[in-house]
Amino acid sequence: MGLEEYKGVYVFAQQVDNELSGIAFELLGKAKELAKDLNTDVTAMLLGSDVKGLVDQLAEYGADKVIVVDDPELKNYRTEPYAHAVASIINEYKPEIVLVGATAIGRDLGPRVSARVATGLTADCTVLEIGDFPINPIPGKEQKHNQLLMTRPAFGGNTIATIACPDNRPQMATVRPGVMQKIDPIAGAKAEVIEYNPGFTPNNKYVEILDIVKEVSDTVDIMEAKILVSGGRGVGSAENFKMLQDLADVIGGTVSCSRAVVDNGWMPKELQVGQTGKTVRPNVYFAIGISGAIQHTAGMEESDIIIAINKDETAPIFDVADYGIVGDLNKIVPKLTEALKAVVK
Amino acid sequence: MKIVVCIKQVPDTKGGVKFNPDGTLDRGAMLTIMNPDDKAGLEAALRLKDEVGAEVTVLTMGLPKADEVLREAMAMGADNGILVTDRVLGGADTWATSTTLAGALRNIDYDLIITGRQAIDGDTAQVGPQISEHLDIPVISYAKAIKVEGDSVIVERQYDDGYHVVKAKMPCLVTALSELNEPRYMTPGGIFDAFEKEVTVWGRADLKDVDDSNLGLAGSPTKIAKASDKVRKGAGEKVALEADEAVTYIMDKLKEKHVI
Repeated sequence: MGLEEYKGVYVFAQQVDNELSGIAFELLGKAKELAKDLNTDVTAMLLGSDVKGLVDQLAEYGADKVIVVDDPELKNYRTEPYAHAVASIINEYKPEIVLVGATAIGRDLGPRVSARVATGLTADCTVLEIGDFPINPIPGKEQKHNQLLMTRPAFGGNTIATIACPDNRPQMATVRPGVMQKIDPIAGAKAEVIEYNPGFTPNNKYVEILDIVKEVSDTVDIMEAKILVSGGRGVGSAENFKMLQDLADVIGGTVSCSRAVVDNGWMPKELQVGQTGKTVRPNVYFAIGISGAIQHTAGMEESDIIIAINKDETAPIFDVADYGIVGDLNKIVPKLTEALKAVVK
Repeated sequence: MKIVVCIKQVPDTKGGVKFNPDGTLDRGAMLTIMNPDDKAGLEAALRLKDEVGAEVTVLTMGLPKADEVLREAMAMGADNGILVTDRVLGGADTWATSTTLAGALRNIDYDLIITGRQAIDGDTAQVGPQISEHLDIPVISYAKAIKVEGDSVIVERQYDDGYHVVKAKMPCLVTALSELNEPRYMTPGGIFDAFEKEVTVWGRADLKDVDDSNLGLAGSPTKIAKASDKVRKGAGEKVALEADEAVTYIMDKLKEKHVI
């Protein structure tokens, strides 16, 4: 069958414990834009057990249709039944684009599905747009239109590549959480609901879940913060992070950190910004004692205002900072906190 | 028990990144290492070898130079090394890489296949799960602990909000997180032995049940439309100031931008 018979933008609407993950809404926001360019609609694939109640929420965030696969085998995420469901939907409904979150679930599900339906998969995309491939016409080579152009960082964030999947369908991408914008929910929006069940027959690939351990974290989500006070190796110790916490408290911000800080055990992994941590784009990002290796800046350079304090004037963080101060953070930070206390009440 | 660990030789992007004067990556100047997640996977295999007894084979696909990581793995304690190298395999995306490695694995007896979660050059985390699909065996990704019980493997599988303890019957594929363990060092005796040992070298003809249309650049469904070294955001102001002046400077900027 011809590639042009594949229609529509599909999104894997990830849910955990029957609660939709933020990435589901982010993907719907991006899917809506892509669908507009392609003059098609957005379909959410909702998999789980007793998940029908989540349909309206998906509609409010931009889904025109929701395909619900509701089955006890899908209660908790396991690769095989989930891959079977998504691959079956693809074979049945033939979408042209399938987006999956680059989460601990999506990065397992995406490759397994792409291998099953024999198509390409681009990982951890940060930009998705519709365009031509090749981007510039090459004599003697067909230029295909309306292709999904998927942009992603590689080499630890040192390079960016734009990738197309011109000869296979669907075009599949996993998308980095925190990068795409969800739409403002449309109250009362309704989606067309399609109930679908491909049938689940357990086989050797159905693994057994012996135990589920939730690691309840009392840390805040740094991806939601408007102001981040982020510390690096230069802060010197776990105790010195108190100084950053004081600054964050007075300005209504949240403390985050670089990888070195996590490696030293000063701060938990959930607070790590960067290539192997989280991507953040707050209004203000204080980079305090952070040298700014590219793995770090890859996760924060989209911040609106970057203020860096570092004693090393050659630190690469100054290459991305809007305001760079070469100075002693141990003196500057407490005084800044005091100065802010006087004006922020 | 027979374990195959898939490993990759990668440029050392952590700290060792070098740029040309024009701002592009100077790949030639960058050191190569065994991919960290793969090394953790190898260590996990070697611990199983120590605890329950296993024959550990390391498998890589790459340029002839990738022989180096196999020897490093053997110096750590792996029993056999297999290098898949062939001009026609070059330029492979994750799909074509996984079909190649699956083609090699069909020639090998295994109970357990371990791959790293992801390589630090591509960061895709796709090849492990894709191999498992081609071989039609279960996959458990993101392992932070691995143990073997009878004919099953029990894995602590990391998620964003905790972990699941998951049991699968072997043969099975597990992808390892570098948090899994602290890999051992090569031993002097091991290094000596590793350079005495033969590394098996396979080419295209040695891959089993793989179609040419699924190999190399031509067999890769994803195509690079554009690649560029990252254009970094331009530097703003940089000032060297004493503490009091610095505070005044920052306060002025925060006011100017209506943050306070």
